[in-house]
Amino acid sequence: MTPRASALRATIGYDVEAVRRDFPILRTTVHGKPLVYLDSAASAQKPQAVIDAERAVYETGYANIHRGVHELSMRATDAYEKARARAAAFLGARESREIVFLRGTTEAVNLVAQSFGRTNVGPGDEVLITGLEHHSNIVPWQLLCEEKGAALRVAPIDDAGEVDLAAFERLLSPRTRITSFAHVSNALGTVNPVRRMTELAHAAGAAVMIDGAQAAPHLRIDVREIGCDFYAFSGHKVYGPSATGALWGRAELLEKMPPWQGGGDMISSVTFEKSTWNQIPFKFEAGTPNIAGGIALGAALDYVDQLGLAAIAAHEAELLRHGTERLRAIPGVRLVGTAREKTGVLSFVLDGVHPHDIGTVLDYEGIAIRTGHHCAQPVMDRFGVPATARASLACFNTREDLEALARGVLKAKELFT
Amino acid sequence: MDELRELYQEVILDHSKRPRNFREMPEASHRAEGYNPLCGDRATVYLRLEGDVIRDVSFKGAGCSISTASASMMTEALRGKTLGDVRTLFDRFHHLVTSDPSRAAQNAAPELGKLAAFSGVSEFPIRVKCASLAWHTMKAALDGEAKTTTE
Repeated sequence: MTPRASALRATIGYDVEAVRRDFPILRTTVHGKPLVYLDSAASAQKPQAVIDAERAVYETGYANIHRGVHELSMRATDAYEKARARAAAFLGARESREIVFLRGTTEAVNLVAQSFGRTNVGPGDEVLITGLEHHSNIVPWQLLCEEKGAALRVAPIDDAGEVDLAAFERLLSPRTRITSFAHVSNALGTVNPVRRMTELAHAAGAAVMIDGAQAAPHLRIDVREIGCDFYAFSGHKVYGPSATGALWGRAELLEKMPPWQGGGDMISSVTFEKSTWNQIPFKFEAGTPNIAGGIALGAALDYVDQLGLAAIAAHEAELLRHGTERLRAIPGVRLVGTAREKTGVLSFVLDGVHPHDIGTVLDYEGIAIRTGHHCAQPVMDRFGVPATARASLACFNTREDLEALARGVLKAKELFT
Repeated sequence: MDELRELYQEVILDHSKRPRNFREMPEASHRAEGYNPLCGDRATVYLRLEGDVIRDVSFKGAGCSISTASASMMTEALRGKTLGDVRTLFDRFHHLVTSDPSRAAQNAAPELGKLAAFSGVSEFPIRVKCASLAWHTMKAALDGEAKTTTE
């Protein structure tokens, strides 16, 4: 079957109207218009199942975890650890203890940079990233390199917004200790060939960290198939609560890494002379976490699996094709990011109209998009624009949403030119 | 569309499409570059003072319609004004775009003149920085700072 045919087959039976009923916020209005939410790459809306799961924790099973001998604490611990197992399965991890629950991908990158990075990167060593990265996959490495006297290398991207693989390979050197790159670009939607990049990095002896924040809601992830060493995603982008997320790391690496934050839950014993660390993953989880949020993240992953990532991806791919055509038909619109492999991201500029003005006009039509640099200023610089307007798709979007977007962009064009 | 027109009044659209005093000024006695990192807007403001009177004022840069129109209308408002007038106008304008939107009409001090068109901005907290970029940059130029940001 061709990819197109298999995509079409996967969309058969995908009932977008039923999916829409799962998201209470889609019944709200903005400036008197029905909400058209095209900003899921910034943060996804929540289905009823996630809202109910979080509420249920507080109503029937909330207490601190990993501590109490009482029934509620055990219920909460059990539910939290089930969510961890859920995240492990979602990523194709071998064991739950390879999953560190964190506030999100940003915290995960910082953990790897601070714990793995500080023990493995020294003066004269190199860290390799790409020109596609979100600030959260740039700055933690800059901090590390500055502290260690190491050099940050950046593999460039081409005019379509794809990483130049030949340059990536060239930039890997015997001094490269770790490379960190996005699975999917937040600003452009480019899907990176992560398996190939991982092979190249491992051949050069570098560890591999993947920022999966934009991949988790759209692609099936299998960390063992990719072969990477660390992989992180954020709960709030995959229809779960904000300030939840997971880092997967190979057990043998996590075992060797020092803790990066000290506190309760991360120790096995404490005296004033010396403390010993808890086992993984708890060694990396100091303090009381977002308990109800973590449990609800499990519900979000269940929800995504229930719809089926293949079906979601096929649905979004059809919408992306439609939206690309509709925007391209508007004279003066230039799409930024035209990679062959893309998730549902439409980043664009319109001649003579600033993205913020497009965003405000669309807002008055009830349409939410993101405008600005998307926390990826180097990507904007690469394309010579200060900012773009970005419409991003989710499982509940429809062709009508994209028609509304096109109408709104035309309206902005009429108003400002 | 009506609410949208409150923000994008005709005079604002006019100045954003055809900005006035949009030029460099080699003979400027004061200049500064302003940057709004949130949206990437940049503005350079040039001033030529004689004594404490602004004889000429211009700007260059790229930004959204609000920031372009605000810079353009600011240059028109400042020509011929004394430094004392400028300080008053700065404060009045700042008050106009940052105070309670429901009192926007009362907040438009008479000396603002056409600048009162920016009253709609206070409804959009995220756009306040767009409207004030040129003003902050102008103030930085007069204070002898070469660069400023809206942060």
